[in-house]
Amino acid sequence: MGRRDERLGVPDGSPQEEGLGRRDFVKACMMAAAAVGLPASAGLKWAEAAEAGLKPSVIWLHFQECTGCTESLLRTSSPGIAELILDLVSLDYHETLFAAAGYQIEEALHQAMEAHAGQYVCVVEGAIPRKDGGIYCQIGGRTAIDILEDVASKAAAVVAIGSCASWGGIPSADPNPTDAVGAPQILEGTTVVTIPGCPANPYNFLGTVLQFVALGSLPALDDKGRPLFAYGRTIHEHCPRRAHFDAGRFARQFGDEGHRLGYCLFALGCKGPETHANCSTLSFGEMPDAWPIGIGHPCFGCTEQGVAFHKPLHQEAALPENAVPPIHPDHRTSPSAAAAGVAGLVGGAVVGAGLMASKKMAEGGNEEGSS
Amino acid sequence: MTMDRRTLLKGAAAAGVGAAVSTATRVEASTRPVAPPDAVGMLYDATRCIGCQACVTACKTANNMPGNLYDPPNDLNGDTKNIIKLYESDDEKSYMKQQCMHCIDPGCVNACMIGALKKREYGIVTWDKDRCIGCRYCQVACPYNIPKFQWDTAIPEIVKCELCNHMLARGEEPGCCQACPKEAVIYGTYEELLADARQRIADRPERYYPAGDPQIFGDTEGGGTQVLYLAGVDFQKLGLPDLGDEGVGVLSRTIQHGIYQGFIAPVALYGVLGAVIWRNRRAAKKGGSDE
Amino acid sequence: MSEHRAEPVGGPVIFNRFTKFLAIFLGLWVLILAYRFATGIGTVSGLTDGYPWGIWIAFDVVTGTALACGGYAIAILAYILNKGKYHPLVRPALLTSALGYSMAALAIVIDVGRWWGIWRIPLGGFPDMGSYNWNSALLEVALCVMAYVGVLWIELGPAFLEKWEATSKNSALVGFAKFGLKFYDKALIWIIALGVLLPTMHQSSLGTLMLLGGHKLHGLWSTGWIPLLYLISCIGMGYAVVVWESAVSSKVFKREREDSMLISLSGAMVVVLGLYLLLRFADIVISGKTMLMFTSGVLSIMFWLEIALFAIPMVMLMRAKDRANFATIFKASMLIMLAGGLYRFDSYLTAFNPGEGWSYFPTTLELLITLGVISFEIFLYIFIVKRYPILSGTRAAQVPAYEGRA
Repeated sequence: MGRRDERLGVPDGSPQEEGLGRRDFVKACMMAAAAVGLPASAGLKWAEAAEAGLKPSVIWLHFQECTGCTESLLRTSSPGIAELILDLVSLDYHETLFAAAGYQIEEALHQAMEAHAGQYVCVVEGAIPRKDGGIYCQIGGRTAIDILEDVASKAAAVVAIGSCASWGGIPSADPNPTDAVGAPQILEGTTVVTIPGCPANPYNFLGTVLQFVALGSLPALDDKGRPLFAYGRTIHEHCPRRAHFDAGRFARQFGDEGHRLGYCLFALGCKGPETHANCSTLSFGEMPDAWPIGIGHPCFGCTEQGVAFHKPLHQEAALPENAVPPIHPDHRTSPSAAAAGVAGLVGGAVVGAGLMASKKMAEGGNEEGSS
Repeated sequence: MTMDRRTLLKGAAAAGVGAAVSTATRVEASTRPVAPPDAVGMLYDATRCIGCQACVTACKTANNMPGNLYDPPNDLNGDTKNIIKLYESDDEKSYMKQQCMHCIDPGCVNACMIGALKKREYGIVTWDKDRCIGCRYCQVACPYNIPKFQWDTAIPEIVKCELCNHMLARGEEPGCCQACPKEAVIYGTYEELLADARQRIADRPERYYPAGDPQIFGDTEGGGTQVLYLAGVDFQKLGLPDLGDEGVGVLSRTIQHGIYQGFIAPVALYGVLGAVIWRNRRAAKKGGSDE
Repeated sequence: MSEHRAEPVGGPVIFNRFTKFLAIFLGLWVLILAYRFATGIGTVSGLTDGYPWGIWIAFDVVTGTALACGGYAIAILAYILNKGKYHPLVRPALLTSALGYSMAALAIVIDVGRWWGIWRIPLGGFPDMGSYNWNSALLEVALCVMAYVGVLWIELGPAFLEKWEATSKNSALVGFAKFGLKFYDKALIWIIALGVLLPTMHQSSLGTLMLLGGHKLHGLWSTGWIPLLYLISCIGMGYAVVVWESAVSSKVFKREREDSMLISLSGAMVVVLGLYLLLRFADIVISGKTMLMFTSGVLSIMFWLEIALFAIPMVMLMRAKDRANFATIFKASMLIMLAGGLYRFDSYLTAFNPGEGWSYFPTTLELLITLGVISFEIFLYIFIVKRYPILSGTRAAQVPAYEGRA
């Protein structure tokens, strides 16, 4: 950490100072790319950019937050990887990690904004209060609203990390006394990538930011700005306990037989069906089962507005309807061309034969008849 | 001779037409069908159902049928004896469980000429594969369209819920009733369930349909069913047909029994026909008229 | 002078392009049937749980047996109403009926899913004797049809016995034929009476069958009078088939036609058709379904089409002058067959609505199987009339080397 403190605010420094050979460095970059779901070519691009000393700037804003998202990010390290990743970007403003404070750090912010205007990535952590002009969160005399609008206006991309920055999180829980909202609600009209979660899974954040750094593009987003690669499905769709749900095996009380056997927690209020996240497939801190359901507690929907900090923990979730058929499923078929053809032919032949026969009968009528 | 023949002919015509006319008139069944005294059934309360479909999987397991919710059925079929469906409109929503209603006067039992479908123990309508010839008249006759046929096999069966009677014998409840996490569908004796349903609508009349005067579907519909339904929306929106109180098979039965009661009419007609033909042939042989 | 003695037409069975084509088509048909029995009904047909009965039932069985009621109609005329002058028509009509009903039975074996159990039906479910369900209209139809098929072939017995007696080299067969013909002389009455009773029973019950569909059968067709309507229309269809068959076979086999008999038949047709229309309208109006005739969309059109097909021939035959023209009778007969056929098709298929989400149209293989059944019947008809004394007045019998053209 000591090394990092020195380097912070001084955007220079080569990974080779750590004693990594170039080949190892490139390999490590490619592994890091794989870890966040990017192609190996992205890793290559990072390595090249780092060598050229081109490290994109990141300005990280904190508002109404607990810093859990930052803490979560810090715990991504397998030895060396985290530092590498942080070396791939230039963290130019971060209130938790900087040694500087007060006027010094505000000056750093100002300088970074000027030096990298239009190029830096603005990361937002924490909700922004709007009540009474936003006075309930001020840094250096400026309201969070002002700071955010200022920094975001010159950013190349805005990424909101954590549920608080994505839609308001805990500060926005009823009665929401400060009228806390997320960054997208302040920056209407701007594309804000949201990485909700409480905390957000750091790899979702890393994958997004590093894609932007390497390829200059953002991953595909849903209508709430969430990257589809992480938030495209609900927990319910990917849950390791799903088979129990489908078979009707439920834990009814903490500690009962079903709970011990790892049965589905739906009856205990699991919000998996309503929650878009990838916790079941991408562990926190590289620990398997290090997530609520993994340890036997129902998911409470920390990524989802209207669920987390809103619906009671043990209230049953609503189930998605896309798997339930309608009252009158559509079983209709249309005739194949061949069948229609045969039927038509036969019908035509019958009518034709009838007409022909009656004509023949009319013509030769009295020849054959006897009286 | 001509006079005799004409009279005979009139008599024959009268016998035939008279029989047909009298039976064509609808005759009320003299007794209303009643459930057997040990009748069992299910009570499905759609207001409690959450659409989790555990019952669909449980039914497949209990009946050894292939399939699961990863490749879910969208209707009852040759592999699916129980299904959950969804009714949704702008302001209403309700799930619906579909399976055999185990009618008290079933159309399918009335239809099956060889007794493959019959109400057996506890009033459960079961299918006997040793008798069935696969004519599918039961599919025509069921107002709820429940019996399904296995179309894509050389040895097809008729498939429908049989209330897990093989499990009842072991003292276990039907698969769906065991699996339901909300007890939206429960198993019990017909009397108990009917009383339970009545109690529910008495306790919370605003919860059920129609508001203010809630009804139990299956109490009288189609002569009554052993599977009873409570819902918060119109039963027709859940796919249940609008049936009167008359048993499903009553009309057809009335006509059949009317005409063929004790085989009197056919035998009588046969006798008349035979007599007429005999007379005509004797006249032909004697009088040497047209041969 | 017309020759009233029945003779085999003679000549080879496959004698022209048409019969050659028929034979080839029947070969293909057998392959399709093998496929159906090996893989199931769903693979060859468009039948579904919503429409479990399709053209195999609606056409081959229900319409087919109604068209096969020529024998029934002729039997009533010849033996009950004692119009002895119809006798030359009896055997060909009986043959068409016997074949028609046999083909209907074949269609049933093709249609049912567990056909290997069909033997239980006539044997009372043996050894499980209590399994007959007397509430079922289908039981009565099945038993009656099975019995009637037997009766028809028994009624045709004399044709086979006569041929064996006349031409067989096997003395045992000749002895059997002589004995058989004597038996017929005594027992014919009771066989023919059965042959009139049985169709009366099951042709009406074929209508009753669809009543069990309840609300799935549209109101314009669903009525307690349906058995009578089916019976009346069947009688009309039977007469129409006799007219048509007589006309066609006289052309094909170069025999004389019985115009005078057929013309007086048509007078009865007017009454039959009128009765049908009267009953149909009376029932609809009295049960308060009048508006349905106009407000049922496509079904209204089908209804009025049926009515037209019954009414037009009735009008065509009303005047004695028109009845005297054979061409008119012939056209009217075809319309009557269409009328009865459409009525049955509608009550079994078109007016049957199992609910939303279902549709039915036969598949190509399903249609080919039906066509094959019809072709098989035609083939057997040709075979039997050529080998056995069915048709009378055939000039072919008098000109040995004659080979007709279709």
